[in-house]
Parts: sequence; structure tokens; C-alpha cells
Amino acid sequence: MQLTLWTYEGPPHVGAMRVAASMRGLHYVLHAPQGDTYADLLFTMIERRDSRPPVTYTTFQARDLGGDTAELFKTALRDAHDRFRPEALLVGSSCTAELIQDDPGGLAGGMGLPVPVVPLELPAYQKKENWGAAETFYQLVRTFARGTRRRERLPGQPPRCNILGPTSLGFRNRDDVVEVQRLLESLGVEVNVVAPLGARPTDLARLGDADFNLDLYPEVSGQVASWLQRNLGQPATKTVPIGVGATRDFLREVAALAGVEAPEEPATSRLPWYSRSVDSTYLTGKRVFVFADGTHALAAARIAAEEMGFAVVGLGTYSREMARDVRAMAGRLGVEALVTDDYLEVERAIAEAQPELVLGTQMERHIAKRLGVPCAVISSPVHVQDFPARHSPQMGFEGANVIFDTWVHPLMMGLEEHLLAMFREDFEFHDGAAPSHLGHGKAVEVAEAPAAVAEAPAPVVALAPEATAWLPDAEAELKKIPFFVRGKARRNTERFAAERGIARISVETLYDAKAHYAR
Amino acid sequence: MSAATQPCEKPVLRDNVLRERGQREVFCGLTGIVWMHRKIQDAFFLVVGSRTCAHLLQSAAGVMIFAEPRFATAILDERDLAGLADAQEELDRNVARLLERRPDIRLLFLVGSCPSEVIKLDLGKAAQRLDRRFNGTRVLHYSGSGIETTFTQGEDAPLAALVPEMPATDAHQLLVVGALAEVVEDQFRRLFAAMGVGNLAFLPPRRAAELPAVGPNTRMLLAQPFLNDTGRALEARGARHVPALFPLGAEGTTQWLRAGAEAMGVSPSRIREATAIPEARARAAVAATAERLQGRSIFFFPDSQLEVPLARFVTRECGMRAIEVGTPYLHRAHLARELPLLPEEATLSEGQDVERQLDRCRDAKPDLTVCGLGLANPLEAEGMATKWSIELVFSPIQGYEQAADLAGLFARPLARRERLRV
Repeated sequence: MQLTLWTYEGPPHVGAMRVAASMRGLHYVLHAPQGDTYADLLFTMIERRDSRPPVTYTTFQARDLGGDTAELFKTALRDAHDRFRPEALLVGSSCTAELIQDDPGGLAGGMGLPVPVVPLELPAYQKKENWGAAETFYQLVRTFARGTRRRERLPGQPPRCNILGPTSLGFRNRDDVVEVQRLLESLGVEVNVVAPLGARPTDLARLGDADFNLDLYPEVSGQVASWLQRNLGQPATKTVPIGVGATRDFLREVAALAGVEAPEEPATSRLPWYSRSVDSTYLTGKRVFVFADGTHALAAARIAAEEMGFAVVGLGTYSREMARDVRAMAGRLGVEALVTDDYLEVERAIAEAQPELVLGTQMERHIAKRLGVPCAVISSPVHVQDFPARHSPQMGFEGANVIFDTWVHPLMMGLEEHLLAMFREDFEFHDGAAPSHLGHGKAVEVAEAPAAVAEAPAPVVALAPEATAWLPDAEAELKKIPFFVRGKARRNTERFAAERGIARISVETLYDAKAHYAR
Repeated sequence: MSAATQPCEKPVLRDNVLRERGQREVFCGLTGIVWMHRKIQDAFFLVVGSRTCAHLLQSAAGVMIFAEPRFATAILDERDLAGLADAQEELDRNVARLLERRPDIRLLFLVGSCPSEVIKLDLGKAAQRLDRRFNGTRVLHYSGSGIETTFTQGEDAPLAALVPEMPATDAHQLLVVGALAEVVEDQFRRLFAAMGVGNLAFLPPRRAAELPAVGPNTRMLLAQPFLNDTGRALEARGARHVPALFPLGAEGTTQWLRAGAEAMGVSPSRIREATAIPEARARAAVAATAERLQGRSIFFFPDSQLEVPLARFVTRECGMRAIEVGTPYLHRAHLARELPLLPEEATLSEGQDVERQLDRCRDAKPDLTVCGLGLANPLEAEGMATKWSIELVFSPIQGYEQAADLAGLFARPLARRERLRV
């Protein structure tokens, strides 16, 4: 039993729904109690989808449990087939139906439906959404691509690849596909199939017509990519083209797989110049905390360190499947990786790291708001805001432009930050003030938040009768330190004083401690 | 007051109810937590369920909640199901962790879910044990599972769980039952005070410690139509139900206030005195907003059980034509005053087969369709104007001063379409 306020991933059947909703000609019949239909609104509201996701629920109730829920499932399946006439059906159980053990796959098998039925076994009490999406995609590919062959590329034919992984409700997947297609075009590589997003079941049967695969979201497509490698001999890319460096690596990798020349000077992004322009000096060494799905966490860490000049002070993921890669990246950056799906643990880690910018999911946006720290969203789980009307990819060179803007936006502009540091006591321009381009009215909340979060707020003057105490001058001086490092300055000074037996902390002690810890 | 606003005294049963079974596109009772945790400010709701439950709450609530929620989910995993871990012990551990983090919590609800019901996890026993262990925090339980409850029954169930906690009283009092927005509650307090009803209480209270008393001289006035179990539990404690319209629209509010005041022995003249001015103001405000709704047709998909009183309001006060009034559950006793006021030509449907209902809706081509979030955008994309029904649950719509706002909720989708030129 795990206590959760928020969850990073939904149950595995929601992952299956994402695959079903991504594809055309597919319908998912889900054995599930009344209420599980809430999942429709993920698609219709968050993604603003203009049609219902292709899912039929049996919506059994307590009174059905005494009767024949298996019959209810069969009726729902037959009705769904007759009404929607899909090319193929997915069948499975949600968490509650799993407990009543009706075996949708077995029931469907005995019904003689005239279309392929792909049964899904998604253990709801062990696995989560991304696993469910990956497993569903894998079962579909196995069903439709089994026994097919990889085409032999004839001389003169352009190289061809499949784009694997983009799904409905994936973070900016819609726009990433466009950018990746643009990159492929620049290399003269043709796209055979994009899947799951926009594919039909029959398209999966012709995956073999490509020379290689792009494994764009390993959380969803990794398993399929390795199956295709084993069974059809198609190699797959390893690089996810998020960020300028990764996009260049990706182009080289694709060029090698396609057997074409990598362009000498690939089209590029504005990010390198924007990052080098003097205005960006203020970004140097900014402390950032990264927490996301595996793919986006890895990409963000690299961009933060190599392309923005930030200091990565925390790196984590909720994707246990990618824990090894994230740990390796964290090791390179000199931090310890946080692999967890416990929101409270992430909150503690962020508070502890005292970052100046959080790059996270919608959950970390909540945490950052409470801590009064700026935040940019870089990964699922998603919110309606993560489906902007404009083209807003993460991948490719345009994706790097979008990322630069998105990450810089929540921060103070360079000179504004300096003035703030100089005139900290200005009543309108105090440390709680939000960046001027982000509007007003948040000041009080921001100023209050850090105190509200501290587990046990430090007493203002005396710690304990016999312990170290702050002299009023020192306390006032402490307030001049930016709030996001103030807690750390307080702790360091107190530790410094305690180690030296200093009972009263003066301004001198504060600066002695600062100098001591600066080394 | 015109004759049309006088409901006939004898409940009329409508026999021509369309009862359907099929896919029900409705929320489960867990969704009630989204507003209940804001209503009772020192209560916490701990769902004992699956990842799906946690995901539902965050998806339904995620866009609305900006502070840390006073709800959480204890997610059952394989070890709990296989009996490898004692689920009761695990629950104790999680509750201890929770209360340590939130010492301000005075009332903790353990909320049952579909999986906890199916595996027959005894939350009653758990609540009793935890209540003894955590002195100072009352621990109660109810079920919000989808196999037993639909959407607003998620308010009925926790309120019913509170009833045994209410102190006993012999005092003659009026008890208003059902969560109302604070602004609405305050308006009703003022109106009842103006009529001289001093002994007035509300369930749920804003704080757990302010639970009202109940007894044989309690008159129970329901502010919401979905309080089946709560009503029954209060009756078992001696309270007597005051039949009334629900306080939606000018007519409904007057009838509701009158029923409550009459039960407390207030004279008709005093009732008229207190209600005449605000009712006239509400009617004028509704008339201005409802202009756009006159003669338009409306189709209700089942959602909150508010559909019948809402249909009564839009047909009688806004001049709309109801094609179908769908409700997840038709509580005839509580709707006894409402049902006779529905237009005869409207189809009343109970339960749902969403595909067939969508067929009927498309055939009828209503000017406005009231439906859940899963259906609204798809229907808009088909060219139909929709009003998301959840907004009717999450907005202050009861009482005189909100009557025009309520009309406005229905008018806005139509007004928006008139504005847009893209």
C-alpha cells in the first residue's frame, strides 16, 4: 500500500487507451466498473480531442457482480463491434475487473468475431501507464507484424524508417513528429510508418518495409524496437533528439543507419547563439532541479548542463524502466539520482536542493509554486496547458528553440535580478517579487511559501536556551540573502557556529561561515 | 405569486420513464471528494483503492485544485491483494504517516473504492481501530466506489456517515442538508433569520467540530436532490423530511424557503414579506439572462441527479423546451414536488446506455446539450452546443441571488456561439 497525493502515471489500462486513441481503425473494449469512464476526459478535455476515444466500457455495478459479468462483457464487445466496425479490437480489464477474473481475452476468443482481437494482460496492481502503453503497442505489433519480413532495399531506392513511440497524450508528441520528419527530410530519409500516432492496424503489418526504426520514446516504443530488431533485423536509433547536441547526434546516427552522408553543417537552432549572447550570462550556474519521465529527464539534464550553462543540483525520474540511464547521467553530473514515484519524496528532495529553477512535470509545478521557485514543465503527466495551440515541439532544432524560451521565461531577466540583489529592501521590489514580465499579485504567496514548506520552521531568534542564537543585526543581514538560499545560509552558519562553540551569531559569524563554505 | 408557481400538493408519479442499461458515462462517488474536502475544512479523505482511483481524483480535480489537496489515495498493490501484507496494518501505517504530516486534521474519512469493496477490505473495522488510536482525530468511513455510487452520491455517503456522529437534541429546529457554497449558505441564513427561524443548522458544517444536532423535533430540508442515504439516516434519528422544491431558480428558492419556514411555524405573511423582494429581483435578473434561452430546446445527459430540478428551472423560468431529462437515479420521494412540474413532452430517462442516448440526442438536435466532460467536446465538434454538467455541481447555483447566474450557465455556450466568427 502506497500513500499518494498525486500520481505520476495512471493505471496501465490508461496506457492502453493512449495507444488505442492514437490509432485509427482500432477499438478497445474494457471490462471496468462504472466510473472508470473518467479516463475519456483525459482525451477530450486535456488534449481537446474532438471525438470520443475509441473505448467501450462495460461499467458493471454492484448488482451485476452477483450475476453474470462475463455475459455483460460479451454483450458490450459484440455491441461495440457492430456499432464501430473496427479493423481490430483490443480487450482487457481495468483494476477492478482484474479482481473478478472474467478473462476478457478468453471470452472474446470464443465469440468468433470477424476481426482480430488482441487480448491485453495489464496487471493493474504491479504496473503503470507507460508500461501499459508499451505492452499494448508491443502486443499489437506482434499480432500484425509477426511473420512479415524486412524489405530488401534496392539500389537507387531512398532509405526508409519507421517513427515509433509518439502517442496521444504524450508530451508534445504531436509536434515532435513534425520536427523529426523535417530532420529526416534533410537527410533524404523517407518515413514508412508513424506508430502508434495515426497508424492503422494494417500499417503495423508493413513495418518491415523500412530499413530501420526511430525509437523516439523508449518508455513506449523500446520493447517494440527491440522486437523488430530481433525478428525483422531492423536496427533502431538510441538517441532521442531533444536539445541541440542530441539532435546533432541523432542526425549522425540516422545518417549512419541510412547509409547517407551526414550533413556537414546541419540546419541549426537559435539556442547556441542565444545561450552565448551576453544577456544569458545571468543563467550561468543557475541551480536547476530536473524531474521527469526518463526520456525527458535525460534530455533536460544534458541541455541544462551543456547548452544552458546551468548547474544541475538534482536529477530524477518516475520511470523505473529508465533508472539505469538516469543514474548514469546523474553520476556524470555529480548528483545522486532520485528514482521514485512518490510525490512527497520529490517535494522533500527539491526543498533540500534549494534550486533556482525546477524543470519538472505538472506535479513539480505544484511543488515549485509552494516553494516559491520558478518552474518550467518538460514532461508528462500533462495538463491542458501542455497542448498549446501553436507548434511547440521538444525535438529537433525548433524544439531546442522552444526549450530555450520555455526555460528562460519563468526566470528574472538578467539586470532585474541584479537590481533585486542590490535593493533588497525596496518595499515593491523585495525577494518575494515575481519577475516583472509575469505580472503581479503573487508576491505574498511566494514570500510565504518557503516558510510553509519547512518541516519545522526555525525559530526566529533563539534555537534553544543553550543553543546558538542569532543577534538581531545578523538576523537582519540574513534576510538580505536571496530567499532560495537563505535556508541553506542559516543552516550552514548555525553549523559553523556550533562547531566552533559560538553562542551568539553576529554579522561577522555569518560572513565567516559564508567564506568557509565558499571553498 | 402566479398560479403557475404553486406546485400541486399531491405527488404525481410519472410512469413513462425510460430505463436504460448499458455503458454509463458517469463519474463514481469518489469524485464527491473534490468538493467535500473543501467544504469541511478540517476533514481529510483517504481513498483506499487502486492507482485508477488516484488518477481519477487528480484528473477530475487536477485542473481545479491549486492548494495541497486534503485527500490522498492509499494505493493497494499486489502484496496487499495476495495477503502477503496485512492490508489493515498497511492502512494503519499510512494513516499514521498522513496524520503526522497533517496534524490539523480533525476528521478523517476512509473511503472505500471498487477494489477495496471487491476484496472486502473492512474499512469499518479499520475506522474503529484508528479512531481509538488517534485521539483527537475522528475516523469514519464510507464507500465512494463506482460499483455502488454515482458522482454526487459521493456527497450523500460521507454525510450519511456523519449522521450517527450528530449529537441528540429535542429542540425544534430546521436542518438544511446538503453542501452549499458558503455565499449561498450565508444568504439562506439571513433569509431564515428575517422570517424569524432562529434555530437553523446546516449539514455538512464547515468544521468537523461544528456538527449540528438532530432529534425528533428536527425538520429536515434538503438542499440537494441526491441525499437518499443521508435522508434515511436522519429520519432514523427522528428528523422529519420537509417536502419541497429544490432551491434552484426564483420559484424553487421561494418554495424551498416557504416549506422550511412553514415547518417551523412561520406565518404566510411573514414568509411573503421576507421573500417577495428578493424573489422579484431574482425573477428580473433571470428574465434578462434567459432571453437567449427562450424557446430553445435542451437535452440532459445523466450526471448529478440535479437534472430534474434543473429541467424544471430552465423550462418554467427560462422558457426552454426539455427534450430528454436523463438522471443516473430517480429518487421519487425527494423529487415528489419536482416531477409534476416537468413538462409532459419531456422524456424522463433513468440509467444510461450512452451510445443509444447519443443517437437520440443527435436525432433530436437540441439547441443545448448538458453532458459530462467526456462527451462535451466531441459533441461540440459535431456542431452541437453543450454545457458541461460538472460546472453545475461546482458553482453556487442555489438561491435567489444565484438564479440568474444559473440561467447564465446555460446561456453562455449559446452566447459564445453567437459571438464567434471563426
